[in-house]
Amino acid sequence: MALAGVCGARRACKDERGSAMHNFKENMIKRFFMLNGLLSIVILLGIFYLLLSRSLPALQEVGLKNFFAPGYWKPTAFATPQYSMLNLIRGTFMVGAGSLLFAVPLGVACATYLAEVAGSREREVLKPIIEILAGIPSVVLGFFGLVVLSPIIAQIFGLNSGINALNGSILVGIMALPTIVSLAEDAISAVPQSYRHASLALGATRWQTILRVILPAALSGIIAASMLGMGRAVGETMTVLMATGNALAKPGSFFDSVRTLSANIAIEMGEVPMGSIHYHSLFFVGLVLFIITFVINLLADIIFQRYREEF
Amino acid sequence: MTIINSHLEQKPVPEEEKVKLISIDTAKGKQKDDLSAKNKTKEVKVKVNNFSFYYGDKQALQNINMEITTNEVTALIGPSGCGKTTFLRTINRMNDLIPGTRVEGEVIVSGQNIYQPAVDVVELRRKVGLVFQQPNPFPKSIYENVAYGPKIHGKRKKEVLDEIVEESLKQAALWDEVKDRLKESGLSLSGGQQQRLCIARVLAVKPEIILMDEPTSALDPVATQRIEDLIRELSADYTIIIVTHNMQQAARISDFTAFFLLGELVECGRTAQIFTRPGDTRTEEYITGRFG
Repeated sequence: MALAGVCGARRACKDERGSAMHNFKENMIKRFFMLNGLLSIVILLGIFYLLLSRSLPALQEVGLKNFFAPGYWKPTAFATPQYSMLNLIRGTFMVGAGSLLFAVPLGVACATYLAEVAGSREREVLKPIIEILAGIPSVVLGFFGLVVLSPIIAQIFGLNSGINALNGSILVGIMALPTIVSLAEDAISAVPQSYRHASLALGATRWQTILRVILPAALSGIIAASMLGMGRAVGETMTVLMATGNALAKPGSFFDSVRTLSANIAIEMGEVPMGSIHYHSLFFVGLVLFIITFVINLLADIIFQRYREEF
Repeated sequence: MTIINSHLEQKPVPEEEKVKLISIDTAKGKQKDDLSAKNKTKEVKVKVNNFSFYYGDKQALQNINMEITTNEVTALIGPSGCGKTTFLRTINRMNDLIPGTRVEGEVIVSGQNIYQPAVDVVELRRKVGLVFQQPNPFPKSIYENVAYGPKIHGKRKKEVLDEIVEESLKQAALWDEVKDRLKESGLSLSGGQQQRLCIARVLAVKPEIILMDEPTSALDPVATQRIEDLIRELSADYTIIIVTHNMQQAARISDFTAFFLLGELVECGRTAQIFTRPGDTRTEEYITGRFG
């Protein structure tokens, strides 16, 4: 009896010490994870700071206005170097928009099929395959564009070369496809079953239900998915570098060769004299690219949030 | 034992209002009206013959035989899991959406067995509307919610749609509350209004039969009463079949009551009779609250 009492007391004491230890550990773990969370913010701000500080000399020398003035990107011209990014921005948005034109209809159709039409077995096979698409190295895709796609494009449209904005758009579209498909499929699957039943019970066909109820209900999710796909497309470098031809001229159509902001940095960074205005202006190009993708992702996020609240 | 429509000899009991409504409709002279009203109540809208329903191997409905009368309210009552909702949904084949289900026997709606392979399910569901337990308006405007049905059935003209929307909302006793905000989302309405919107949405496709699956179970008493009044009004023009957990509700609004138990139709007859002189002891036990 007495022994049991002592034992109990000792155990209580141990528990107390144990719980203090436990609390400490719990706290440490909490801090560890918080630190990790903070780290990503620090990195983001750090990159922003780096880009800004490195591009400041160029901004001072060239002037912000001249980066967006009509003209060309000719930083190495002997007499009068030009730093106009307009054609680069045009090229970037052409490839971005082109890839969306290609990837959004295809991606939404694919997502609709997966979410609404396919049986569970087809879905089990198809989903991983589409996700593997995201795993193809961009350089491999660029190679594919160079060797396979560009001759096909040249032949179909009767061009001298198929290395142009269209080629880049299709390839980047392929890269954006998995993002769009998987997010759009989530959005479509999240549409409450009651909408489907309500529509079918009114005598709608499955097709009418998909087109008039489900897709409109999932619209904001689909838009957000497309924007995230676009964010991916705009920042994509290696594929466009290999497939679009990188001409600095003002692109007139999708059959012209274009150079994107990202490709421009990759091409020139290797041979630019460090510390030159050219060097610093490449950082400014990076900053502009960063801001564009940041804004697109932010918008996508806002749309997605609103969409989450709807259901 | 299954009793089929032993109500036929029974006189309608709480029917004064109803006869009035019908007589306004037909307007042929007072003496004849009563006669035609009575004849009308005897028309069979839905006839169910030896009907069984299976979810996979599990039998949910056993050999149901039943007749449902035109332009009357038929209430389906019974404890949870007795098959009343399953039965309701077989009448517009909404159970087709559940994989692995199987039927035996016939369900004859307006003279046609709806489980024949040649039946157009889309057309059937236009004729047999369904109001769900939870109000489920589309995330569209009030107007678009009601116009949805007519639109998918090929009505495009704005004037025609406007008219249908107004008429349906009036029939559903919602028009006065929403006529100034037709462009607002259907989801912005209160629960009771949403349910009336769903009823208006069903009315807009001009069905012959309206199925209701516990339409008031998610609503407060005031909203419930509005829906109940509405059901009484609609029964002048529509055959209404309603599943309800609430026995008082069945007693208040229905002309006929069918009692289901363990997938079997125990008894079906005039509501007044079922609630006062049930033919089966199980019905009596359920109604008096001895189980359920």
